[in-house]
Amino acid sequence: MNFPILSSLILLPTVGAFFLFFTRSNKQNNFTVKYVALFTSFVNFLLSIYLWILFDHTTSEFQFVEQRIWIEDFINYKVGVDGISILFILLTTFITPLCILSVNNSIKERLSEFLIAVLIMESFMIGVFCSLDLVIFYLFFEAGLIPMFLIIGIWGGARRVYSAFKFFLYTLLGSVLMLVAIITIYWLTGTTDVIELYSLGIEAKYQNLLWLAFFSSFAVKTPMWPVHTWLPDAHVEAPTAGSVLLAAILLKMAGYGFIRFSLGLFPVASEVFTPLIYTLSVIAIIFTSFIALMQEDMKKLIAYSSVAHMGYVTLGIFTIQQQGIEGSIIQMISHGLVSAALFLCVGVVYDRMHSRLIDTYGGIVNIIPKYSVLFMLFTLAALGLPGTSGFVGEFLILMGAFKDNFLVAVIASIGVIIGAAYMLWLYKRVIFGKLINNDLKKMIDLNRSESIILTSLAIPTLFFGFYPDPLINTIEVSISDLIETYNFRLASKI
Amino acid sequence: MTNLQLVFPEIFLSLSIMFLLILGVFKKNSSKIIQNLSLVVLLVTAVITFNETVGIKEVKLFNNSIIIDYLSSLMKIVTLLATFLALIISSNYLRNFKIFKIEYPILILSSVLGMMIMINSNDLIVFYMGLELQSLALYVLATFNRDQIKSSEAGLKYFVLSALSSGLLLYGCSLIYGFTGSTNFNVIANQLGSSEYAITFGIVFILVGLAFKISAVPFHMWAPDVYEGSPTSVTLFFTMVPKVAALTVFIRFLYVPFLNLIDQWQMIMIFLSIASMLFGAIAAIGQTNLKRLVAYSSIGHVGYALAGVATGTNEGMQSSVIYIIIYILMNLGLFSCLLMMKRENQYYEKIEDLSGLSKNHPMLALSLMIILFSLAGIPPLAGFFAKFYVFKSVIEQSMYFLAIVGLLSTVVAAFYYLRLIKIMYFDKEKEKYDTDHGLWLKFSLTFSTLLILVYFIFPSQLIEVVSRINII
Repeated sequence: MNFPILSSLILLPTVGAFFLFFTRSNKQNNFTVKYVALFTSFVNFLLSIYLWILFDHTTSEFQFVEQRIWIEDFINYKVGVDGISILFILLTTFITPLCILSVNNSIKERLSEFLIAVLIMESFMIGVFCSLDLVIFYLFFEAGLIPMFLIIGIWGGARRVYSAFKFFLYTLLGSVLMLVAIITIYWLTGTTDVIELYSLGIEAKYQNLLWLAFFSSFAVKTPMWPVHTWLPDAHVEAPTAGSVLLAAILLKMAGYGFIRFSLGLFPVASEVFTPLIYTLSVIAIIFTSFIALMQEDMKKLIAYSSVAHMGYVTLGIFTIQQQGIEGSIIQMISHGLVSAALFLCVGVVYDRMHSRLIDTYGGIVNIIPKYSVLFMLFTLAALGLPGTSGFVGEFLILMGAFKDNFLVAVIASIGVIIGAAYMLWLYKRVIFGKLINNDLKKMIDLNRSESIILTSLAIPTLFFGFYPDPLINTIEVSISDLIETYNFRLASKI
Repeated sequence: MTNLQLVFPEIFLSLSIMFLLILGVFKKNSSKIIQNLSLVVLLVTAVITFNETVGIKEVKLFNNSIIIDYLSSLMKIVTLLATFLALIISSNYLRNFKIFKIEYPILILSSVLGMMIMINSNDLIVFYMGLELQSLALYVLATFNRDQIKSSEAGLKYFVLSALSSGLLLYGCSLIYGFTGSTNFNVIANQLGSSEYAITFGIVFILVGLAFKISAVPFHMWAPDVYEGSPTSVTLFFTMVPKVAALTVFIRFLYVPFLNLIDQWQMIMIFLSIASMLFGAIAAIGQTNLKRLVAYSSIGHVGYALAGVATGTNEGMQSSVIYIIIYILMNLGLFSCLLMMKRENQYYEKIEDLSGLSKNHPMLALSLMIILFSLAGIPPLAGFFAKFYVFKSVIEQSMYFLAIVGLLSTVVAAFYYLRLIKIMYFDKEKEKYDTDHGLWLKFSLTFSTLLILVYFIFPSQLIEVVSRINII
């Protein structure tokens, strides 16, 4: 039990990156570089599976807690996991090796630098999900900007500079207010330790402003309407692996933050601002779904669909119902798998045809059948067909929403229909229809590594669609405890 | 009997300056020896300071006009070490411009002596003497490349404006002397009661003078021109070392005699701080010359350092000291990079010259990127912690406006740092630069980059060193 498993999870990718740093990248050893990175991230994945096996899901206590003095009398380095965070760690360690595997075709130059950035990113993201101290959380949360900025800026598309700047400055602007809030919390309570803060509580009169400060950061990162505009830009310009990281994991940091900090620390304020969140979420669901319907660029379409999906997530979190929050977490995990897969699917055809425009394609079902089947599966998962993980999440969220607010739930349900419309229409236009563009005939079906990546994403999507119990078991107790504390503290006004 | 041991560092330094001057006059072609000897003198002075004064809690000498305490020892050591590094990495640059002369190290040593006296001062007159000694040496240094018009212009501009500010400062001193009957900080502190408002005038004038020396907005106008015009090695010295002494005087002057008048000066300090942060961030966006950009960025950083002083608490003052130390480290790295951008004996200082640096010189670009992210205050680099401590102490005093404006201006500032990174990493490469840099230049770049990078592993050490400062 003394083995510092969480710190190892955080450090291991960085150590891998350190090794890569000393390997000069050239034509011959691109192979070596890639396998070092793949090996590191795969070991990390196994380690996180081991963590999941050891994890005791009958308690909502933080487990595997490590604590070290970092700045004396001020901040402790403290990490730990509970039911809420462990799934995100698994998602991170699962997606990263797939990202690394996918760089075969898309990243032509400076491969080792790219892999270093991806691995360091992984370290930071795992750090976000297991830090139990506000300052440490902020540190990891912000540090992730650096590698992502470089990933978009160096290996991105034509408007990469604009997108990278927009991404960086938007998120930084959102986050600085959170820093003010964190310092204020320290000043009010004398600690930044999350566990201690859970038991101490924060006086009701301060909560509203603090909540808003955290909200400003999470809303940008989620992203919620109307501060979502950086996301389509960043997605479109980022290389495939970057889009995958962004959609699958980065966006989840905010959802996680809402559950862990907004609900956990500021129940009174959360109650006050629930209508705000509902409104913004509903707008995000309906409005961005319509925008997605009109997109001509596949990546942009999926990016807007991400905004809509994250709308469900925020809606579910603030229902403060068991089903709602469970649904949100499952939706985030499922979105992590499905949107990653969709971006990879776009990447596959992009690598062959160098176009992301829907118009370029059409009628490729007979040319690349394997691809068409997998793409179909993920399309259906994205629109929430029963039997895929997307359904479980959306269904639970809507159930939670119906319990809390009928009107909101009805509007959100309409969003499901629009979601089905844009996803199916996308699929129809890309895969079916008449083959007009003759260049498409030369397309080759999935190669081995692409098949491996997409299949390994398809398996959990289907598995958790039919049998979500492992996920629900893991998070159930933590969430019911969270809600209990929430209601208790709401009643006692702290 | 005054204990001369405690001012031994200053005595040693002044004797060395005289010795080196004589040596330089009588021995032909002695610039190399003098450069090396000056480096040794700086190190030895630092060691003496460390040995003689670090353990001392507080001793006042010469009718209480000089104070030796932990703050002064620490700041003197920082000054000496920063000067040592600044001097040692500039020798190649000086040789290149054929200004590798005996006067250069000697002038630097004299200005350091002035700064040490400033840091020690507990009396307006002693403080003024130190200030003028350092300024006079700095005027000459600014014009050191006298064949270039820009360098001469920089020196002249600096001299005229600085003389004006010294005048204001002296006027402030005389007002305070007139109303309290003393120039000694402690005596002034005891004489405040009766004529509070009159003294406020004096404080304002002195603050104006000090703000000029530390280049805080709205007294910053000289900085961009002087920084651009002076030889790069001198700019390096300007951006690092005089700020330490000026900050110390800021702290000492506001905290010792006038802490009870905090209501009078706090607003001024907050204004200086906010204006510098905002102006530094916004004005730097349009710059195309790296040295000018650094000038504006240093104006911004001074704003953050002053924010800590504005709190009027021990924690705030300590956070400012931490800030300035980390700032020096970052600037050292930044200028090491600037000094490395050389091709066939020509130095490049335009922003476009960074273009595609990451392809030609990956390690240099990586270091510069780390330094720039750190200057922008992105965690987990050292620059973030510097800002973090300052804002922590600011928020503890409930000065939310200052904190929020400060943090928002970091976002604006992030833009121009990012622009440099963009040019280095996203743009097309140009011709390669020379790679035969001196050992010390490489060392100082590696040293500062590594410290910035791994600072987050050992954040307590620096805090521990600084937290022993206690002057309230």
